[in-house]
Amino acid sequence: MHMLEVKDVHKSYGKLEVLKGISFTMDKGETKVIIGTSGTGKSTLLRCINQLDLPDKGEVWLEGEEIAGRSKSINRMRQKIGFVFQEFNLFNHLTALRNVSIGLEKVRGTEKEEARKRASEELKRVGLEEQAKQYPAQLSGGQKQRVGIARALTMDPVIILFDEPTSALDPELIGEVLEVMKGLAGKVSMLVVTHEMGFARNVADEIIFMENGVVVESGPPKQMFTNAKKERTREFLGKIATLYGEE
Amino acid sequence: MLTIVSIVFGLLLGVTLALGKVYGNKIISGICIGYIEIIRGTPLLVQLFILYFGLPSVGVSLSPINAALLGLSLNSGAYQAEYLRGSIQSIESGQMVAARSLGMNKIQSIKNIILPQALRISIPAWSNELIYLLKYTSIAYIIQVEELTAEGKFIAATTFRYLEIFAMIAIIYLLLTIVFTEIIDKVDKKFSIPGIGAAKGIRLRNA
Repeated sequence: MHMLEVKDVHKSYGKLEVLKGISFTMDKGETKVIIGTSGTGKSTLLRCINQLDLPDKGEVWLEGEEIAGRSKSINRMRQKIGFVFQEFNLFNHLTALRNVSIGLEKVRGTEKEEARKRASEELKRVGLEEQAKQYPAQLSGGQKQRVGIARALTMDPVIILFDEPTSALDPELIGEVLEVMKGLAGKVSMLVVTHEMGFARNVADEIIFMENGVVVESGPPKQMFTNAKKERTREFLGKIATLYGEE
Repeated sequence: MLTIVSIVFGLLLGVTLALGKVYGNKIISGICIGYIEIIRGTPLLVQLFILYFGLPSVGVSLSPINAALLGLSLNSGAYQAEYLRGSIQSIESGQMVAARSLGMNKIQSIKNIILPQALRISIPAWSNELIYLLKYTSIAYIIQVEELTAEGKFIAATTFRYLEIFAMIAIIYLLLTIVFTEIIDKVDKKFSIPGIGAAKGIRLRNA
């Protein structure tokens, strides 16, 4: 049994079919990176996994249990799935520390003190113990995103979904977020939508290339970058490499 | 007194109506919209008349003060609901999405994430409502509530010193308004959080 199984997921918005049957699996501790041009349904796929968007067809299974958006178990299942957003989505009225602890306090019912202790450990893990008392508006983009990661981590998720975590950041702030993510690789399962090819190449166990709502090809980074089977994959990776000035 | 009680009940009613309108299903939302539109679309005076003079004919009679309290609360609730609705809708959808992604249900998300922000954003509009309400209490004299204006009219009628007495009443309202404004300003500052509502510390004048 795989930790995560995505089976034939379809999603349409009106007449536009964004996902045309996506299937893949993930095992514990794996890092998978989803790449592809904008508008090919990568973010929609992540949102369908934790049912923030309900798939029209198909199933998502986590640790042998189906994640179904309309069922009563959905809030329990979502606790197992961390989500890191492109736009951070930190709670504006809460300090960095409370942003991280609120999930434990309000969802798990953990004692306030214990939750905050745990939260400050997670903030330390992402290098932000000094910013614990600051509000989101007082943090830089990179710091916000690291709080976002700490917020996901405190819930001890089985997997964390990253939706273009560095796309909204100034170039010089991208590094600090990627560093934190690299540090998590192997310890937490991660499914990452990103355009950061360096991260994909060095950290991912597998790269999934998506286009027009389908998985075109997937494989280990080495194979994908040097020996992709599909013409379209080679073309895309070639373009990206030129764009980001790699080899 | 009349003002404080009405604004508090109005706030409770307003929160309920705003949440019902934004998050309720079609029926709940429809009821809330209907209520808000009826109250906002009819004069306060008529509402007070219905409560005080109209209700006894269906067997419910209220004392003047109770009728006034009820009328002002019901009225203020509708207006406060609209202020709050505006605030709720100004909060970006990512806040709700992030709350749900942590495993909060809808009610937990509204209570812990949306309302604390929406209420803070509403404080300036709310202070406006408080001042309106303070002065609207003067209408209550028409249904024989012995509030400030009614007392003034009574004294004026016996002494014929209309100008002095009503000028005095105006000054009392003005002073109360200033005091209320100051208090709200303090409350606003106490609850203010960087990045929410109007930016503090930015002064265009003397810049």
